[in-house]
Amino acid sequence: MAKRTALYEKHLEANGKMVDFAGWDMPVNYGSQIEEHKAVRTDAGMFDVSHMTIVDVMGSDATDYLQKLLANDVAKLTEKGKALYSGMLNKDGGVIDDLIVYKADGGYRVVVNSATRAKDLEWMEANLRGFSNISLTERPELAMIAVQGPNAIAKVKQVKPESAVAVDGLKIFQGRPLADWFFARTGYTGEDGLEIMIPESDVAAFWQALVEGGVQPCGLGARDTLRLEAGMNLYGNDMSETVSPLQANMGWTIAWEPAGRDFIGREALEAEKAAGVANKLVGLVLEGRGIMRSHQKVIVEGVGEGEVTSGTFSPTLECSIAMARVPVGTGDSCFVDIRGKQIPAKVVKLPFVRNGKKVYEG
Amino acid sequence: MANVPADLKYVASHEWIRVEADGTVTIGITDFAQESLGDVVFVELPEVDAEFEAEADCAVVESVKAASDIYAPLAGKIVAVNEDLVDAPEKVNEDPYGEAWFFRMELANPADLDALLDADAYTALCED
Repeated sequence: MAKRTALYEKHLEANGKMVDFAGWDMPVNYGSQIEEHKAVRTDAGMFDVSHMTIVDVMGSDATDYLQKLLANDVAKLTEKGKALYSGMLNKDGGVIDDLIVYKADGGYRVVVNSATRAKDLEWMEANLRGFSNISLTERPELAMIAVQGPNAIAKVKQVKPESAVAVDGLKIFQGRPLADWFFARTGYTGEDGLEIMIPESDVAAFWQALVEGGVQPCGLGARDTLRLEAGMNLYGNDMSETVSPLQANMGWTIAWEPAGRDFIGREALEAEKAAGVANKLVGLVLEGRGIMRSHQKVIVEGVGEGEVTSGTFSPTLECSIAMARVPVGTGDSCFVDIRGKQIPAKVVKLPFVRNGKKVYEG
Repeated sequence: MANVPADLKYVASHEWIRVEADGTVTIGITDFAQESLGDVVFVELPEVDAEFEAEADCAVVESVKAASDIYAPLAGKIVAVNEDLVDAPEKVNEDPYGEAWFFRMELANPADLDALLDADAYTALCED
Protein backbone atom coordinates (compact mmCIF):
# COMPACT_ATOMS: atom_id res chain seq x y z
CA MET A 1 0.00 0.00 0.00
CA ALA A 2 1.12 3.53 -0.76
CA LYS A 3 2.57 5.57 2.08
CA ARG A 4 0.57 8.49 3.44
CA THR A 5 1.80 11.72 4.97
CA ALA A 6 0.35 13.11 8.19
CA LEU A 7 -1.74 15.44 5.99
CA TYR A 8 -3.51 12.66 4.04
CA GLU A 9 -6.90 13.29 5.71
CA LYS A 10 -6.53 17.04 5.07
CA HIS A 11 -6.00 16.37 1.37
CA LEU A 12 -9.19 14.30 1.20
CA GLU A 13 -11.13 16.98 3.10
CA ALA A 14 -10.01 19.54 0.49
CA ASN A 15 -11.06 17.22 -2.39
CA GLY A 16 -7.49 16.40 -3.32
CA LYS A 17 -7.23 14.05 -6.29
CA MET A 18 -4.75 11.50 -4.97
CA VAL A 19 -2.17 9.82 -7.18
CA ASP A 20 0.82 7.59 -6.59
CA PHE A 21 4.09 9.53 -6.43
CA ALA A 22 7.21 7.49 -5.72
CA GLY A 23 5.20 5.17 -3.49
CA TRP A 24 3.34 8.00 -1.72
CA ASP A 25 -0.36 8.82 -2.02
CA MET A 26 -0.15 12.53 -2.88
CA PRO A 27 -2.59 15.16 -4.22
CA VAL A 28 -2.06 16.08 -7.89
CA ASN A 29 -4.62 18.89 -7.59
CA TYR A 30 -7.62 19.96 -5.51
CA GLY A 31 -9.77 20.99 -8.50
CA SER A 32 -8.00 23.33 -10.88
CA GLN A 33 -4.24 23.13 -11.24
CA ILE A 34 -4.21 26.50 -13.04
CA GLU A 35 -6.04 28.22 -10.14
CA GLU A 36 -3.52 26.72 -7.70
CA HIS A 37 -0.63 27.89 -9.86
CA LYS A 38 -2.02 31.42 -10.02
CA ALA A 39 -2.61 31.52 -6.26
CA VAL A 40 1.14 30.99 -5.75
CA ARG A 41 2.09 33.61 -8.36
CA THR A 42 -0.27 36.28 -7.00
CA ASP A 43 -1.03 35.47 -3.34
CA ALA A 44 -0.11 32.35 -1.35
CA GLY A 45 -0.33 28.60 -1.86
CA MET A 46 0.97 25.60 0.07
CA PHE A 47 2.27 22.15 -0.75
CA ASP A 48 2.59 19.05 1.39
CA VAL A 49 6.22 18.04 0.84
CA SER A 50 6.39 15.70 3.83
CA HIS A 51 7.36 12.86 1.51
CA MET A 52 10.77 14.44 0.98
CA THR A 53 13.65 12.81 2.83
CA ILE A 54 15.38 14.71 5.64
CA VAL A 55 18.74 13.41 6.85
CA ASP A 56 20.78 14.96 9.65
CA VAL A 57 24.53 14.65 9.15
CA MET A 58 26.17 15.22 12.53
CA GLY A 59 29.63 15.01 14.06
CA SER A 60 33.00 16.70 13.75
CA ASP A 61 33.71 14.94 10.42
CA ALA A 62 30.45 16.17 8.84
CA THR A 63 32.09 19.06 6.97
CA ASP A 64 34.88 16.93 5.51
CA TYR A 65 32.37 14.24 4.56
CA LEU A 66 30.02 16.63 2.73
CA GLN A 67 32.97 18.33 1.03
CA LYS A 68 33.72 14.95 -0.52
CA LEU A 69 30.09 13.96 -1.17
CA LEU A 70 28.78 17.16 -2.79
CA ALA A 71 29.80 19.13 -5.88
CA ASN A 72 29.03 22.40 -4.12
CA ASP A 73 31.14 23.29 -1.08
CA VAL A 74 29.55 23.37 2.38
CA ALA A 75 32.47 25.57 3.49
CA LYS A 76 30.44 28.40 1.90
CA LEU A 77 27.96 27.98 4.76
CA THR A 78 29.63 30.34 7.18
CA GLU A 79 26.56 31.00 9.32
CA LYS A 80 24.26 28.57 11.07
CA GLY A 81 20.99 28.16 9.14
CA LYS A 82 22.48 29.07 5.76
CA ALA A 83 21.43 26.75 2.93
CA LEU A 84 23.18 25.54 -0.21
CA TYR A 85 21.85 23.80 -3.34
CA SER A 86 24.07 21.02 -4.66
CA GLY A 87 24.27 17.96 -6.83
CA MET A 88 25.44 14.70 -5.33
CA LEU A 89 27.43 13.07 -8.13
CA ASN A 90 28.70 9.62 -8.97
CA LYS A 91 32.30 8.97 -10.05
CA ASP A 92 31.35 9.54 -13.71
CA GLY A 93 30.02 12.99 -12.87
CA GLY A 94 26.36 11.95 -13.28
CA VAL A 95 23.81 13.38 -10.85
CA ILE A 96 22.63 10.87 -8.22
CA ASP A 97 20.32 13.53 -6.78
CA ASP A 98 19.98 17.26 -6.21
CA LEU A 99 19.51 18.44 -2.64
CA ILE A 100 19.52 21.32 -0.19
CA VAL A 101 21.92 21.29 2.76
CA TYR A 102 21.47 23.54 5.82
CA LYS A 103 24.15 24.27 8.39
CA ALA A 104 22.90 23.21 11.83
CA ASP A 105 24.14 22.90 15.39
CA GLY A 106 26.86 20.25 15.36
CA GLY A 107 26.50 19.42 11.68
CA TYR A 108 24.14 19.74 8.72
CA ARG A 109 20.60 18.92 7.67
CA VAL A 110 20.21 17.54 4.13
CA VAL A 111 16.90 17.35 2.23
CA VAL A 112 16.83 14.96 -0.74
CA ASN A 113 14.11 13.80 -3.13
CA SER A 114 11.65 11.10 -2.10
CA ALA A 115 11.79 9.23 -5.41
CA THR A 116 15.53 8.71 -4.94
CA ARG A 117 15.50 8.09 -1.16
CA ALA A 118 16.77 4.49 -1.15
CA LYS A 119 19.69 4.99 -3.53
CA ASP A 120 20.62 8.31 -1.90
CA LEU A 121 20.82 6.78 1.57
CA GLU A 122 22.77 3.81 0.24
CA TRP A 123 25.27 6.14 -1.48
CA MET A 124 25.58 8.38 1.57
CA GLU A 125 26.24 5.38 3.82
CA ALA A 126 28.69 3.76 1.41
CA ASN A 127 30.75 6.95 1.41
CA LEU A 128 31.07 7.12 5.21
CA ARG A 129 34.21 4.96 4.91
CA GLY A 130 37.22 6.82 6.19
CA PHE A 131 35.21 9.10 8.49
CA SER A 132 34.83 8.18 12.15
CA ASN A 133 33.08 10.99 14.00
CA ILE A 134 29.91 11.16 11.94
CA SER A 135 26.29 10.00 12.04
CA LEU A 136 23.48 9.95 9.48
CA THR A 137 19.99 10.09 10.95
CA GLU A 138 16.86 10.10 8.85
CA ARG A 139 14.04 12.24 10.28
CA PRO A 140 10.79 10.66 9.06
CA GLU A 141 8.92 12.12 12.06
CA LEU A 142 9.25 15.58 10.53
CA ALA A 143 6.53 16.70 8.15
CA MET A 144 7.15 19.58 5.75
CA ILE A 145 4.92 22.26 4.24
CA ALA A 146 6.10 24.69 1.55
CA VAL A 147 4.15 27.98 1.76
CA GLN A 148 4.92 30.00 -1.36
CA GLY A 149 3.86 33.26 -2.97
CA PRO A 150 4.16 37.03 -2.50
CA ASN A 151 1.89 36.89 0.59
CA ALA A 152 3.18 33.57 1.93
CA ILE A 153 5.41 34.85 4.72
CA ALA A 154 2.83 37.40 5.92
CA LYS A 155 0.16 34.69 6.07
CA VAL A 156 2.39 32.29 8.01
CA LYS A 157 3.07 35.03 10.58
CA GLN A 158 -0.61 35.92 10.77
CA VAL A 159 -1.56 32.29 11.45
CA LYS A 160 1.34 31.64 13.84
CA PRO A 161 2.43 34.98 15.32
CA GLU A 162 5.22 33.43 17.42
CA SER A 163 6.94 32.40 14.13
CA ALA A 164 7.99 36.06 13.67
CA VAL A 165 11.00 35.40 15.91
CA ALA A 166 12.29 32.84 13.42
CA VAL A 167 11.01 34.38 10.19
CA ASP A 168 11.72 38.12 10.56
CA GLY A 169 15.00 39.08 8.94
CA LEU A 170 15.45 35.64 7.39
CA LYS A 171 17.49 35.95 4.20
CA ILE A 172 16.83 33.97 1.04
CA PHE A 173 18.35 30.49 1.42
CA GLN A 174 18.55 30.77 5.18
CA GLY A 175 16.65 28.91 7.91
CA ARG A 176 16.06 29.18 11.66
CA PRO A 177 14.64 26.80 14.23
CA LEU A 178 11.78 27.64 16.58
CA ALA A 179 11.57 24.97 19.31
CA ASP A 180 11.22 21.73 17.28
CA TRP A 181 10.05 23.53 14.11
CA PHE A 182 12.40 24.82 11.40
CA PHE A 183 11.59 27.73 9.06
CA ALA A 184 13.62 28.13 5.85
CA ARG A 185 13.26 30.81 3.19
CA THR A 186 13.54 28.35 0.31
CA GLY A 187 11.20 26.85 -2.27
CA TYR A 188 10.63 25.38 -5.69
CA THR A 189 8.33 27.92 -7.32
CA GLY A 190 10.30 31.07 -8.16
CA GLU A 191 8.33 33.02 -5.55
CA ASP A 192 9.23 34.17 -2.07
CA GLY A 193 8.12 31.85 0.70
CA LEU A 194 9.04 29.31 3.31
CA GLU A 195 9.63 25.61 3.64
CA ILE A 196 8.67 24.65 7.17
CA MET A 197 9.67 21.40 8.88
CA ILE A 198 7.16 20.49 11.55
CA PRO A 199 6.75 17.55 13.95
CA GLU A 200 4.07 15.28 12.46
CA SER A 201 1.86 15.70 15.53
CA ASP A 202 1.54 19.47 14.88
CA VAL A 203 1.24 19.54 11.13
CA ALA A 204 -2.48 18.92 10.52
CA ALA A 205 -3.55 21.75 12.84
CA PHE A 206 -1.09 24.16 11.23
CA TRP A 207 -2.26 23.19 7.71
CA GLN A 208 -5.88 23.78 8.80
CA ALA A 209 -4.96 27.19 10.24
CA LEU A 210 -3.27 28.12 6.94
CA VAL A 211 -6.38 27.03 5.00
CA GLU A 212 -8.49 29.27 7.25
CA GLY A 213 -5.93 32.04 6.77
CA GLY A 214 -6.57 31.97 3.02
CA VAL A 215 -3.61 29.89 1.82
CA GLN A 216 -4.57 27.77 -1.22
CA PRO A 217 -3.68 24.05 -1.00
CA CYS A 218 -1.73 23.14 -4.16
CA GLY A 219 -0.93 19.73 -5.62
CA LEU A 220 1.96 18.15 -7.47
CA GLY A 221 0.55 19.43 -10.78
CA ALA A 222 0.96 23.09 -9.85
CA ARG A 223 4.30 22.31 -8.22
CA ASP A 224 5.55 21.08 -11.60
CA THR A 225 4.29 24.04 -13.69
CA LEU A 226 5.63 26.52 -11.11
CA ARG A 227 9.10 24.98 -10.96
CA LEU A 228 9.28 24.73 -14.74
CA GLU A 229 8.37 28.42 -15.17
CA ALA A 230 11.02 29.15 -12.53
CA GLY A 231 13.60 27.19 -14.58
CA MET A 232 14.25 24.72 -11.76
CA ASN A 233 15.29 21.19 -12.64
CA LEU A 234 13.26 18.11 -11.82
CA TYR A 235 15.34 15.08 -10.94
CA GLY A 236 14.76 12.24 -13.41
CA ASN A 237 13.60 14.64 -16.15
CA ASP A 238 16.16 17.42 -16.53
CA MET A 239 19.05 15.65 -14.82
CA SER A 240 19.96 12.06 -14.10
CA GLU A 241 22.84 9.72 -13.34
CA THR A 242 23.85 9.70 -17.00
CA VAL A 243 23.90 13.49 -17.43
CA SER A 244 26.53 15.72 -15.90
CA PRO A 245 25.61 18.95 -14.11
CA LEU A 246 27.50 20.81 -16.87
CA GLN A 247 24.77 19.67 -19.28
CA ALA A 248 21.93 20.32 -16.84
CA ASN A 249 22.31 24.06 -16.24
CA MET A 250 23.92 23.25 -12.87
CA GLY A 251 27.42 24.53 -13.60
CA TRP A 252 26.88 27.25 -11.00
CA THR A 253 26.45 24.60 -8.29
CA ILE A 254 29.93 23.14 -8.84
CA ALA A 255 32.51 24.68 -6.51
CA TRP A 256 35.82 24.29 -8.40
CA GLU A 257 37.75 26.22 -5.77
CA PRO A 258 39.63 25.26 -3.71
CA ALA A 259 41.27 23.22 -6.46
CA GLY A 260 42.44 20.63 -3.93
CA ARG A 261 38.93 19.67 -2.79
CA ASP A 262 38.48 16.19 -4.19
CA PHE A 263 34.69 15.80 -4.40
CA ILE A 264 33.20 12.69 -6.01
CA GLY A 265 32.81 13.27 -9.75
CA ARG A 266 35.40 16.05 -9.94
CA GLU A 267 37.80 14.17 -12.16
CA ALA A 268 35.08 13.27 -14.67
CA LEU A 269 33.78 16.86 -14.78
CA GLU A 270 37.27 18.25 -15.32
CA ALA A 271 37.82 15.81 -18.18
CA GLU A 272 34.45 16.75 -19.68
CA LYS A 273 35.27 20.45 -19.45
CA ALA A 274 38.68 19.93 -21.02
CA ALA A 275 37.21 17.93 -23.90
CA GLY A 276 34.40 20.46 -24.40
CA VAL A 277 30.88 20.10 -23.06
CA ALA A 278 28.60 18.75 -25.82
CA ASN A 279 25.15 19.91 -24.72
CA LYS A 280 23.39 22.58 -22.73
CA LEU A 281 20.02 22.82 -21.01
CA VAL A 282 17.97 25.74 -22.34
CA GLY A 283 14.46 27.12 -22.15
CA LEU A 284 12.07 26.82 -25.12
CA VAL A 285 9.00 28.95 -25.81
CA LEU A 286 6.74 27.42 -28.46
CA GLU A 287 5.82 29.85 -31.23
CA GLY A 288 3.21 27.67 -32.94
CA ARG A 289 0.25 25.83 -31.46
CA GLY A 290 0.62 22.75 -29.28
CA ILE A 291 2.14 21.66 -25.98
CA MET A 292 5.75 20.49 -25.64
CA ARG A 293 6.26 17.32 -23.58
CA SER A 294 9.32 15.48 -22.30
CA HIS A 295 11.16 13.23 -24.81
CA GLN A 296 9.97 15.13 -27.90
CA LYS A 297 12.73 15.65 -30.44
CA VAL A 298 14.28 19.10 -30.90
CA ILE A 299 15.70 19.93 -34.33
CA VAL A 300 18.32 22.69 -34.61
CA GLU A 301 18.94 23.40 -38.28
CA GLY A 302 22.59 23.11 -39.27
CA VAL A 303 23.58 22.10 -35.73
CA GLY A 304 21.94 18.83 -34.72
CA GLU A 305 19.25 17.40 -32.52
CA GLY A 306 18.24 17.58 -28.89
CA GLU A 307 15.41 16.48 -26.62
CA VAL A 308 12.74 18.13 -24.49
CA THR A 309 13.41 17.16 -20.87
CA SER A 310 10.31 18.82 -19.34
CA GLY A 311 7.45 20.52 -21.15
CA THR A 312 4.08 21.93 -20.24
CA PHE A 313 1.59 24.75 -20.69
CA SER A 314 2.66 27.83 -18.74
CA PRO A 315 -0.32 29.33 -16.89
CA THR A 316 1.58 32.62 -16.39
CA LEU A 317 2.74 33.04 -20.01
CA GLU A 318 -0.30 31.26 -21.54
CA CYS A 319 1.78 29.30 -24.02
CA SER A 320 3.82 26.12 -24.02
CA ILE A 321 7.28 26.24 -22.41
CA ALA A 322 9.92 23.57 -21.98
CA MET A 323 13.42 22.76 -20.90
CA ALA A 324 15.46 20.97 -23.53
CA ARG A 325 18.96 19.53 -23.79
CA VAL A 326 20.43 20.73 -27.10
CA PRO A 327 23.90 20.90 -28.72
CA VAL A 328 26.02 23.77 -27.31
CA GLY A 329 26.08 25.42 -30.75
CA THR A 330 22.31 26.00 -30.67
CA GLY A 331 21.32 29.61 -31.36
CA ASP A 332 18.05 31.35 -30.62
CA SER A 333 15.59 29.16 -32.52
CA CYS A 334 14.73 25.52 -33.17
CA PHE A 335 11.86 23.19 -34.09
CA VAL A 336 10.11 20.74 -31.80
CA ASP A 337 8.61 17.56 -33.23
CA ILE A 338 5.08 17.35 -31.81
CA ARG A 339 3.24 14.29 -33.15
CA GLY A 340 5.14 14.42 -36.42
CA LYS A 341 4.78 18.16 -37.01
CA GLN A 342 7.77 20.47 -36.67
CA ILE A 343 6.65 23.48 -34.65
CA PRO A 344 8.99 26.49 -34.30
CA ALA A 345 10.24 27.47 -30.84
CA LYS A 346 12.39 30.25 -29.44
CA VAL A 347 15.45 29.30 -27.39
CA VAL A 348 15.72 31.40 -24.21
CA LYS A 349 17.82 31.62 -21.11
CA LEU A 350 16.19 30.18 -17.99
CA PRO A 351 14.17 31.03 -15.96
CA PHE A 352 10.92 32.01 -17.65
CA VAL A 353 9.25 33.59 -14.60
CA ARG A 354 10.44 35.08 -11.30
CA ASN A 355 8.29 36.73 -8.65
CA GLY A 356 5.17 36.63 -10.80
CA LYS A 357 6.76 38.21 -13.89
CA LYS A 358 8.15 37.07 -17.21
CA VAL A 359 11.94 37.48 -17.15
CA TYR A 360 13.39 35.94 -20.32
CA GLU A 361 14.38 38.13 -23.26
CA GLY A 362 12.50 37.92 -26.54
CA MET B 1 -20.02 12.17 -9.32
CA ALA B 2 -19.65 12.84 -13.03
CA ASN B 3 -22.68 13.98 -15.03
CA VAL B 4 -23.89 11.41 -17.62
CA PRO B 5 -26.90 12.75 -19.58
CA ALA B 6 -29.48 10.05 -20.32
CA ASP B 7 -30.18 11.24 -23.88
CA LEU B 8 -26.65 10.63 -25.19
CA LYS B 9 -24.75 7.54 -26.32
CA TYR B 10 -21.22 6.73 -25.15
CA VAL B 11 -18.11 4.71 -25.93
CA ALA B 12 -15.61 3.23 -23.48
CA SER B 13 -12.91 5.70 -24.58
CA HIS B 14 -15.04 8.46 -22.96
CA GLU B 15 -16.53 10.19 -25.99
CA TRP B 16 -20.25 11.03 -26.05
CA ILE B 17 -22.39 10.85 -29.21
CA ARG B 18 -25.59 12.78 -29.90
CA VAL B 19 -27.78 11.83 -32.89
CA GLU B 20 -29.04 14.98 -34.62
CA ALA B 21 -32.36 15.42 -36.48
CA ASP B 22 -30.60 15.24 -39.85
CA GLY B 23 -29.03 11.88 -39.01
CA THR B 24 -25.49 13.20 -38.42
CA VAL B 25 -23.86 12.66 -35.02
CA THR B 26 -22.14 15.19 -32.77
CA ILE B 27 -19.16 14.04 -30.68
CA GLY B 28 -17.47 15.39 -27.59
CA ILE B 29 -15.76 14.08 -24.45
CA THR B 30 -17.60 13.24 -21.25
CA ASP B 31 -17.66 15.02 -17.92
CA PHE B 32 -15.75 12.07 -16.47
CA ALA B 33 -13.06 12.51 -19.14
CA GLN B 34 -12.63 16.26 -18.63
CA GLU B 35 -12.50 15.72 -14.87
CA SER B 36 -9.73 13.12 -15.26
CA LEU B 37 -7.75 15.31 -17.66
CA GLY B 38 -7.82 18.46 -15.52
CA ASP B 39 -7.49 21.95 -17.01
CA VAL B 40 -7.69 21.62 -20.81
CA VAL B 41 -5.34 24.00 -22.64
CA PHE B 42 -5.12 22.71 -26.22
CA VAL B 43 -7.40 21.06 -28.77
CA GLU B 44 -6.51 19.79 -32.24
CA LEU B 45 -9.47 18.98 -34.53
CA PRO B 46 -9.74 16.79 -37.64
CA GLU B 47 -10.14 18.22 -41.15
CA VAL B 48 -13.66 18.53 -42.55
CA ASP B 49 -14.31 15.77 -45.13
CA ALA B 50 -11.69 13.49 -43.57
CA GLU B 51 -12.88 9.89 -43.25
CA PHE B 52 -12.14 7.66 -40.29
CA GLU B 53 -12.66 4.07 -39.29
CA ALA B 54 -14.27 3.34 -35.93
CA GLU B 55 -11.81 3.79 -33.04
CA ALA B 56 -9.28 5.66 -35.22
CA ASP B 57 -7.62 8.60 -33.46
CA CYS B 58 -8.81 11.76 -35.14
CA ALA B 59 -8.32 14.64 -32.66
CA VAL B 60 -6.18 15.55 -29.64
CA VAL B 61 -6.99 17.16 -26.33
CA GLU B 62 -4.24 18.29 -23.97
CA SER B 63 -4.55 19.34 -20.37
CA VAL B 64 -1.76 21.00 -18.41
CA LYS B 65 -0.57 17.57 -17.36
CA ALA B 66 -1.03 15.30 -20.40
CA ALA B 67 -2.04 14.76 -24.02
CA SER B 68 -4.89 12.44 -24.90
CA ASP B 69 -6.24 11.17 -28.23
CA ILE B 70 -9.89 11.54 -29.22
CA TYR B 71 -11.27 8.64 -31.24
CA ALA B 72 -13.91 8.50 -33.94
CA PRO B 73 -16.53 6.41 -32.12
CA LEU B 74 -17.87 4.99 -35.39
CA ALA B 75 -16.79 4.89 -39.02
CA GLY B 76 -17.76 7.93 -41.08
CA LYS B 77 -16.87 11.31 -42.54
CA ILE B 78 -16.28 14.58 -40.67
CA VAL B 79 -18.90 17.15 -41.76
CA ALA B 80 -18.19 19.94 -39.24
CA VAL B 81 -15.67 20.85 -36.53
CA ASN B 82 -16.02 23.25 -33.61
CA GLU B 83 -13.39 25.88 -34.49
CA ASP B 84 -14.38 27.98 -31.46
CA LEU B 85 -12.92 25.30 -29.24
CA VAL B 86 -9.42 25.90 -30.61
CA ASP B 87 -9.36 29.41 -29.12
CA ALA B 88 -11.25 28.48 -25.95
CA PRO B 89 -10.15 24.96 -24.95
CA GLU B 90 -11.23 25.65 -21.33
CA LYS B 91 -14.84 25.14 -22.56
CA VAL B 92 -14.08 21.41 -22.43
CA ASN B 93 -13.95 21.71 -18.62
CA GLU B 94 -16.81 24.19 -18.35
CA ASP B 95 -19.42 22.74 -20.70
CA PRO B 96 -18.37 19.29 -22.00
CA TYR B 97 -21.83 18.38 -23.36
CA GLY B 98 -22.71 21.78 -24.80
CA GLU B 99 -20.37 24.40 -26.19
CA ALA B 100 -17.42 22.01 -26.14
CA TRP B 101 -18.57 19.60 -28.86
CA PHE B 102 -15.56 18.56 -31.00
CA PHE B 103 -16.87 17.48 -34.40
CA ARG B 104 -19.87 16.18 -36.33
CA MET B 105 -19.85 13.03 -38.49
CA GLU B 106 -21.92 11.45 -41.18
CA LEU B 107 -21.88 7.77 -40.32
CA ALA B 108 -20.87 5.18 -42.89
CA ASN B 109 -23.33 2.82 -41.30
CA PRO B 110 -26.09 4.33 -39.11
CA ALA B 111 -26.92 0.86 -37.78
CA ASP B 112 -23.56 1.00 -35.93
CA LEU B 113 -25.27 3.28 -33.39
CA ASP B 114 -26.93 0.25 -31.81
CA ALA B 115 -23.56 -0.95 -30.56
CA LEU B 116 -22.92 2.18 -28.43
CA LEU B 117 -23.30 2.31 -24.65
CA ASP B 118 -26.28 4.00 -23.04
CA ALA B 119 -25.94 6.25 -20.00
CA ASP B 120 -26.39 3.41 -17.49
CA ALA B 121 -23.81 1.18 -19.14
CA TYR B 122 -21.32 4.06 -19.39
CA THR B 123 -21.87 5.05 -15.76
CA ALA B 124 -21.22 1.46 -14.68
CA LEU B 125 -18.00 1.48 -16.69
CA CYS B 126 -16.76 4.70 -15.04
CA GLU B 127 -17.45 3.28 -11.58
CA ASP B 128 -15.27 0.21 -12.16
